[in-house]
Amino acid sequence: MATTESTASGIGPVEGAGAFSGYDADNPAPLIEAPRKRTKKTPKSTRGNFEMYGWLFMRLSGIVLVVLVLGHLLIQLVLDGGVSKIGFAFVAGRWASPFWQVWDLLMLWLAMLHGANGLRTVINDYAERANTRLWLKGLLYTATVFTILLGTLVIFTFDPNIR
Amino acid sequence: MPAGTLYRGREGMWSWVAHRVTGVLIFFFLFVHVLDTALVRVSPEAYDKVVATYKTPIVAVLEYGLVAAILFHALNGLRVIAVDFWSKGPRYQKQMLWTVVGLWVVLMIGAIYPVLGHAARELFGS
Repeated sequence: MATTESTASGIGPVEGAGAFSGYDADNPAPLIEAPRKRTKKTPKSTRGNFEMYGWLFMRLSGIVLVVLVLGHLLIQLVLDGGVSKIGFAFVAGRWASPFWQVWDLLMLWLAMLHGANGLRTVINDYAERANTRLWLKGLLYTATVFTILLGTLVIFTFDPNIR
Repeated sequence: MPAGTLYRGREGMWSWVAHRVTGVLIFFFLFVHVLDTALVRVSPEAYDKVVATYKTPIVAVLEYGLVAAILFHALNGLRVIAVDFWSKGPRYQKQMLWTVVGLWVVLMIGAIYPVLGHAARELFGS
């Protein structure tokens, strides 16, 4: 096979090019599918946008939580005698107002979901075995659902005259 | 450590580490905090008894630490948002971190009396 006929540019003849490629209309070259081409077997969506929405949620909830949590700290720990004033009577006084009920409910949900998603990221980063990740995340989701439901129940069913 | 890289060592990486550590600590506190608040559904006495421990000098120091963690996480979180959404954010990430640290120090000094004052009065008399 005499293929060495170097040209001025230093590039030899390209394999398969020219009249002796061996392929023509009766003997076409095999079709090579483009990488990542969608076929009938490919599911409609190979991956969702869950992580992108998670990323966005962390930022949006974060902005709201800055206001809710710093306001909460100011009321509970700084104003009006700080932590010394906190007691059942103080809680009853605040939850008498729908404004503070909504404040606390929103803070509970956003903080728990923000924290749970943060811990999910931490677990994914450091737990190397698939089984460890599964169990840690199972524990995390159980604790998160339990805490959100318990907190919500307490805010909605609070009874100032429990005695 | 080479200067000029965005997130390797230096301010970028250490603020990320601090953000993680404070975030995990706050989440664990939040879990306990919802449980203790749930005691208002048991009885006023049960709630007041637990809250009484929150007013002791030792827990006051822990509360000061909680405030420190939350303030850093909140301020640095706003910095992360600025890095992500502000076109000049990545260029000024270091300046923004030192602004965060400066604000944090000022707020932590401001929180000494409100958060720790009652503990000092209890320990040293008023």
